[in-house]
Amino acid sequence: MIHSLFLINHTGDIFLEKHWKSVIGRSVCDYFFEAREKAVEPENVPPVLQTPHHYLISIYRGKLFFLSVIQTEVPPLFVIEFLHRVADTIQDYFGECSEGVIKDNVVTVYELLEEMLDNGFPLATESNVLKEMIRPPTILRSVVNTLTGASNVGDTLPTGQLSNVPWRRVGVKYTNNEAYFDVIEEIDAILDKSGTTVFAEIQGVIEACVRLTGMPDLTLSFMNPRLLDDVSFHPCVRFKRWESERVLSFIPPDGNFTLMNYHVSSQNLVAIPVYVKQSISFFETGPCGRLDITIGPKQTMGKTVEGLMVTIHMPKAVLSANLTATQGTYTYDLATKVLVWDIGKLNPQKLPNLKGSLTTQAGTPKPEDNPSLNIDLKIQQLAISGLKVSRLDMYGEKYKPFKGVKYLTKAGKFQIYIYMFIFLENLMSYLLFEWLQCVLKHSI
Amino acid sequence: MLDSNKDSLKLEAMKRIVAMIARGKNASDLFPAVVKNVACKNIEVKKLVYVYLVRYAEEQQDLALLSISTFQRGLKDPNQLIRASALRVLSSIRVTIIVPIMMLAIKEAASDMSPYVRKTAAHAIPKLYSLDPEQKDQLIEVIEKLLADKTTLVAGSVVMAFEEVCPERIDLIHKNYRKLCNLLIDVEEWGQVVIINMLTRYARTQFLNPNMNESLLEEGSGGDRTFYGSDEDEDEDEEEKEKKAETPAMAKRKPYVMDPDHRLLLRNTKPLLQSRNAAVVMAVAQLYFHLAPKAEVGVIAKALVRLLRSHSEVQYVVLQNVATMTIKRRGMFEPYLKSFYIRSTDPTQIKVLKLEVLTNLANETNISTILREFQTYIKSMDKDFVAATIQAIGRCATNIGEVRDTCLNGLVQLLSNRDELVVAESVVVIKKLLQMQPEKHSDIIKHMAKLTDNIQVPMARASILWLIGEYCEHVPKIAPDVLRKMAKSFTNEEDIVKLQIINLAAKLYLTNSKQTKLLTQYVLNLAKYDQNYDIRDRARFIRQLIVPTEKSGALSKYAKKLFLALKPAPVLESPFKDRDHFQLGSLSHLLNAKAGGYQELPDWPEAAPDPSVRNVEVKDSVPEWTKCSSREKRKEKKVEKPFYSDSEGESGPTESADSESDSASGSESGSGSEESASRSESEESEDGSESEEEEEEEEEEKEKKKKKKELKKPVQESEREMNTVTAESHSHFTSLFSVEPAPSPQVTPVNTFLSNSLVTDLEGLSLSDTVLSPATIAPSSALKNYELLHRITGEGLSVEYCFSRQPFSPDANMVAVQMQFTNNATADTKNLHIEDVKLQSGMRVKEFSEIELLPAGETATAVMGIDFCDSTQAANFQLCTHTRKFFVSIQPPVGELMRPVFLTENEFKKEQGEQ
Repeated sequence: MIHSLFLINHTGDIFLEKHWKSVIGRSVCDYFFEAREKAVEPENVPPVLQTPHHYLISIYRGKLFFLSVIQTEVPPLFVIEFLHRVADTIQDYFGECSEGVIKDNVVTVYELLEEMLDNGFPLATESNVLKEMIRPPTILRSVVNTLTGASNVGDTLPTGQLSNVPWRRVGVKYTNNEAYFDVIEEIDAILDKSGTTVFAEIQGVIEACVRLTGMPDLTLSFMNPRLLDDVSFHPCVRFKRWESERVLSFIPPDGNFTLMNYHVSSQNLVAIPVYVKQSISFFETGPCGRLDITIGPKQTMGKTVEGLMVTIHMPKAVLSANLTATQGTYTYDLATKVLVWDIGKLNPQKLPNLKGSLTTQAGTPKPEDNPSLNIDLKIQQLAISGLKVSRLDMYGEKYKPFKGVKYLTKAGKFQIYIYMFIFLENLMSYLLFEWLQCVLKHSI
Repeated sequence: MLDSNKDSLKLEAMKRIVAMIARGKNASDLFPAVVKNVACKNIEVKKLVYVYLVRYAEEQQDLALLSISTFQRGLKDPNQLIRASALRVLSSIRVTIIVPIMMLAIKEAASDMSPYVRKTAAHAIPKLYSLDPEQKDQLIEVIEKLLADKTTLVAGSVVMAFEEVCPERIDLIHKNYRKLCNLLIDVEEWGQVVIINMLTRYARTQFLNPNMNESLLEEGSGGDRTFYGSDEDEDEDEEEKEKKAETPAMAKRKPYVMDPDHRLLLRNTKPLLQSRNAAVVMAVAQLYFHLAPKAEVGVIAKALVRLLRSHSEVQYVVLQNVATMTIKRRGMFEPYLKSFYIRSTDPTQIKVLKLEVLTNLANETNISTILREFQTYIKSMDKDFVAATIQAIGRCATNIGEVRDTCLNGLVQLLSNRDELVVAESVVVIKKLLQMQPEKHSDIIKHMAKLTDNIQVPMARASILWLIGEYCEHVPKIAPDVLRKMAKSFTNEEDIVKLQIINLAAKLYLTNSKQTKLLTQYVLNLAKYDQNYDIRDRARFIRQLIVPTEKSGALSKYAKKLFLALKPAPVLESPFKDRDHFQLGSLSHLLNAKAGGYQELPDWPEAAPDPSVRNVEVKDSVPEWTKCSSREKRKEKKVEKPFYSDSEGESGPTESADSESDSASGSESGSGSEESASRSESEESEDGSESEEEEEEEEEEKEKKKKKKELKKPVQESEREMNTVTAESHSHFTSLFSVEPAPSPQVTPVNTFLSNSLVTDLEGLSLSDTVLSPATIAPSSALKNYELLHRITGEGLSVEYCFSRQPFSPDANMVAVQMQFTNNATADTKNLHIEDVKLQSGMRVKEFSEIELLPAGETATAVMGIDFCDSTQAANFQLCTHTRKFFVSIQPPVGELMRPVFLTENEFKKEQGEQ
């Protein structure tokens, strides 16, 4: 199974290594660096690489590469999933998963890795179990520890692993018993230039934060469970109850966790909260082009759209942008050619608009490739699919917990195709171009 | 600092050392200083020392040995977690000398009470195996034992060990197959992946191909699905019923009947598609892809599409697998076509894979939407992706005839694209397309000929030249001109272009020698002195072939045929075409090359191997328990009264249920074994231990004593005797099958087990003549003895009871409770019976017949029946002797309430046959 793990930062330094079997030299990473160089973008490094004696499986998270070395056949997803679990755990422990944090807590991370795998096979990956064995650092505890010399390692031996609910530790106690559920939905959509939907779907996730004493048994039911097309659950959810009654019945882990992921069937028409009017054009004569974008609300169910942000990847030839925004601010990164327009709250009375000219490199041919436009937004207190939690019941414990549900809609991968127009100096060739476009469109 | 007395200093030192290790710096010099601290009391220091040890023990073997004793002590700790961690570290130290110690520790831990320790033992197995492969045989024994474990905690780890040590021993799985299927959903996620992959391979060897009979299957499996879709209950009984219901229905329709075990696997894995772990979902998906009937494979599509929302690495792997699946089962993913649409934010490798899937999914109905999508992609900024898109368009065009012309037109338009890469890629693809129908497209060829002036990409140039050469008849005017231009620039061209120039020259020479003779000669002369030997060779070869000289052989006559033969159009194939011979989801599949340790997915067998191998033990799990029960009972009795079991070995002529269960090993009805017991007794009489049938208990007890003495005989004799006895009783059981409705179908295996163990018992006895060590028999917690009356409260009389898990013959609704009375007092106890039974409504009790006399120091057993009405209410009653009354109560634990099902042998066989 998993032989060794190397953590590599974006400059290519190995700053942590862990071996679960015999030690493998760092030189094995050279193959990876080679591939890394070839790939240009870090996202493009193939996750699975073959070297003469080993296989390298890597993930890229938070500007770090988690590179695992394996020697024999193993399902690649198994390793990838595990590596992500490692990253999740680090994030869970220290709040973020970055080089600095790992370097600061190198011993804890190393101990975590030691516990998570035994001989390359996952042993304890539930964060509740791990936290019992190795306590996450808090400011208070680190102060106390330095004063008293106490340690981060749990004195009590973990018992969670032994129970049949390995995800929950025993003996949980809170003075305030609370259970919060966040229903977060993301709209993934592709719109074509006229604003019609090419493809749209809703992906939802229920994030839970449960701080309840004892061993509560919770049941969460929905007003309209039929909406849910495809679901995946945290292992604590009883699948049979879901199959038969469409309710989520579970003994929750302690703390934050993802209860379920769902997908709303594409048969239900997906409401698109905003529309975009855009035109980008370049003139063949002279090194400039024009850009004009307006955004307006479409189907927002009476809620306000917040955190609106437009990202455009410009063609490489665009040197600079001189624009004016009626609302919000814009930045244009010359190196990556990304135009970001941060709008903020969308005011339906006064639609935000971004207008101005683009400067292109003189002498080079006009850009032919289409820029892509991505939108980011947030709508509080709304699940765009219409999903509603109807009730949460608790069994097995006596006290009355405080319950809460929050809804949030976000744009996931929300993309709009843009077609640019290039006005050629020669009218004939311009017409020819248009005609070609028509032919392409109609013939296919 | 390590030598300091203060724990905090030690801790600080250890932390620094571990940080060094983590950064990959060498800290091996500190080994002696660190090893000293292995016995440190502070748990955190200890942990860090363990971490250090595991890292460096291999390099400093001698010093590492110093720490071994600490772990050995830890192995005996009463706390299971400490035992487990000691074993874990011990097995992680890769020091060859301690192999025997490890072996011993693993064996011991494998029969530990705690499942967690057993799990650790399973983890240790592959470690030991990699250290010393010679231990394989012994390890397989341990694996076999652990495979039989019924806890979910162990299952995943032991299967992992199995896969690493002895994946070829598929026979070990038979007996555990159904158990694994049923446990699967509760196993931790990583274990699930391993188990599912293993079961896929297993099923491939054991079941028939469900798609064997394609046409018939269509209707058949459709029916199946609704049938199973309605109930998700995985109750054992239900399942049994299902099978019965299914059998006649399916038998009518088609000759292929899915093995119920095959069905069980499919049904139990399906819920796991909902797992949050992508690896589990993928494992189930590949299982369905490889094992399920065609009509059912569709269920996995949705789950796989869901994974596309995950991290890009996950997407990468999933898409690779989807690409393979789409080639074989295109229909499965068609409804999800739009989920494979490409976003500009996807990494290039994901884009290319999605493109691959889209291309595979293209058919007559959806091609127009797909091509429209492609059109958008061509405008992308990502040039590699654009090139891939053009390739994809080409493939769509070759696969789907209707759109060939539109595709071609679109591609031709791309020729005027400013980006050279795009143009070059288009040229290459157009060349392939044109080969299919060159006549119609001479203008395209002309157009492309013009491009030679501008295009620099060698592959594109070569393609154009080839096209012109191949179809020079269609462009008779242009071709010589192109050759002229090329001849000019010949020396500056790339090798592949040069080769094509030679080709072009040769072809033109053959068709139009008037205009091109000189040009060709010129080109061939240039090529003759080229640096590249391929080109020189080619030039010589062609010259000989086409230029007629007196020496030239017979071949030159055929030169025209050779060069201008009709070439078959290339088939543009998916690179994923033949990948499905690798198990999907595996590393080998991803790399399209066999990875080390990859287990080939076997082909379906022609005929199904005997399905009964799985039946043997697990059919309805009763025999396993009885097996344990008889073992345990024996053990217990040995503890208190070592000789007792030996008299059982003589097939104990008591009529009580206790010895019955021992001789018949429990799965028989009382009456059956009684008879056999009596019959076997008569055999015994040759030993002189004449025993009357149906005697009073006390007399029997005495008899047993006699026998015990007599048993001190040569081994052979007692063994021979045993054999006859068991053989005898065996034959009785079989004969009983047809007469009595009682016996359950597992008689044979159980019986052989029994006779084996009896023989060994006897052997042990006659050799040592004393107490058999209880440790030789594995402890089992399956059948538990409960105390009814303690020796003190009972004034010398102690009573224990257990649920013998046998049918209670007088009333089938009652549960048999087997009681064991021991008189520890000095005086005899008389008239043991039950009085004053207090029961909850509905409950009934069948008392045991009164025991008239229990002499001091003796033991007697009796069976009573209680109908608990499926509740766990206690049955209260008084146990009376001739002097005293004791209030006692029996409360059944959950799981002990069962009801035997009677089948005659014929019925059983019939059932089996039908399935």
